[in-house]
Amino acid sequence: MNNVTIGILALQGSVIEHRSRLEQIAGVTVVEVKKTEEIDRVDGIILPGGESTTIGKLLREFGLFAPLKARIEAGMPVWGTCAGLILLAKEIVNEPAPHLAVMDIAVRRNAYGSQLDSFATRAAIPEVAKEEIPLVFIRAPWIERVGQDVTVLCRVDGQIVAARQGNMLATSFHPELTADLSFHGYFVNMVQESRGN
Amino acid sequence: MSEERNELNRNLAQMLKGGVIMDVTNVEQARIAQEAGAVAVMALERVPADIRKEGGVARMSDPKMIKEIKAAVTIPVMAKARIGHIVEAQILEALGIDYIDESEVLTPADDMFHLDKRAFSIPFVCGARNLGEALRRIGEGAAMIRTKGEAGTGNVVEAVRHMRTMMSEIRRLQNLPKEERMTFAKEIGAPFELVEEVAELGKLPVVNFAAGGIATPADAALMMQLGSEGVFVGSGIFKSQNPAKRAKAIVQATTYYNDPKIIAEVSEDLGMSMEGIELSQIAPEERMAQRGW
Repeated sequence: MNNVTIGILALQGSVIEHRSRLEQIAGVTVVEVKKTEEIDRVDGIILPGGESTTIGKLLREFGLFAPLKARIEAGMPVWGTCAGLILLAKEIVNEPAPHLAVMDIAVRRNAYGSQLDSFATRAAIPEVAKEEIPLVFIRAPWIERVGQDVTVLCRVDGQIVAARQGNMLATSFHPELTADLSFHGYFVNMVQESRGN
Repeated sequence: MSEERNELNRNLAQMLKGGVIMDVTNVEQARIAQEAGAVAVMALERVPADIRKEGGVARMSDPKMIKEIKAAVTIPVMAKARIGHIVEAQILEALGIDYIDESEVLTPADDMFHLDKRAFSIPFVCGARNLGEALRRIGEGAAMIRTKGEAGTGNVVEAVRHMRTMMSEIRRLQNLPKEERMTFAKEIGAPFELVEEVAELGKLPVVNFAAGGIATPADAALMMQLGSEGVFVGSGIFKSQNPAKRAKAIVQATTYYNDPKIIAEVSEDLGMSMEGIELSQIAPEERMAQRGW
């Protein structure tokens, strides 16, 4: 295994949760990304949970938007959880403009409703883990449509909640809020493979 | 409330970290707040500065206004219930908002007891001046804590005092030998199990924001540097000359709280900030932070 450097976009949201999960995996150096120069230092990046409107604005206001989009389009592995998934989507249902618009998915924000509709469940995701893993949905989005190059990884009650398109991974739930490391391990593998392990 | 629901409610606060929650009194302000990058809005009828000026009993807002704000934004919506007012909290839960602030900014409905927040499914944030007060509220089921500060003053000194007090009590607790923890719990009036948890974690078991008197980007960054995980801004935005610009600057300063160059840039040319009140000008019985037990 070669060592990899994984960034976490650290403008707002569940940054330390992702950090503490990644730090439990050997061979991973974690960098919190707030400045453009930090984007150049990472082999892969996590877009955490939080408020997508807030993170999307800060990305644009501080010049991170274009370099981040360019690196993802050039093949850098990226994983968006919840708000991060919304940032990746090419289409946000009922909203005029997407954010990074790199992943061929249409996402519905707050699809389940308000905080009273937040929930936890378990599911088997064969691509990621052998056993069922816990899934935590907080005012979560779901993926309404996927393009033909997108692989659906998980559905809950018929709705798509995890998908992958090449170097891009998206989950509407928050693996960073659980003790299970399957998804973080899966993403670290994606980053290692992209480095030509 | 089940343990799972309690955890989900704490989780939502985790998603707000590093962000700014803004007081808004109508749909237009809610849109400005969302456009500025707020992570949530707090819907209320009068901002604390006006409550302070106008006096009278401050109550939960009109459900119609809260529903209109909920319909106007996609970010989470919070609203305030009076301390101990079980029915106001039930009404807010029935409206399907995202968080209730059991708030000392409103006139308390009960001068002895806070809400049993575990009787609800919706999450609560509560104010605290010190570790004991924070842990009593968490013991009652609060899923998020904020400093009380002194709301409606535009004066950050009380928020600083409360945050420093909490942080120093946590540091002291961490250094205590285990056999001294029970007496510590007794001294600060906090549940022992939560004292143990804080001693192990080195922080509160829920997210801790700053509130009460934050009026400038520098104030917000100051609270972040003191260990706050995000900020509430009440009167500071919509009582200033240029709310949209100031709101955006406070969001930016909260994210880049460790970068003085950025804070300097965003602090430029914001127009007049809200008029502040020196704490010595407020009689002790008029201080909102004293409400709560």
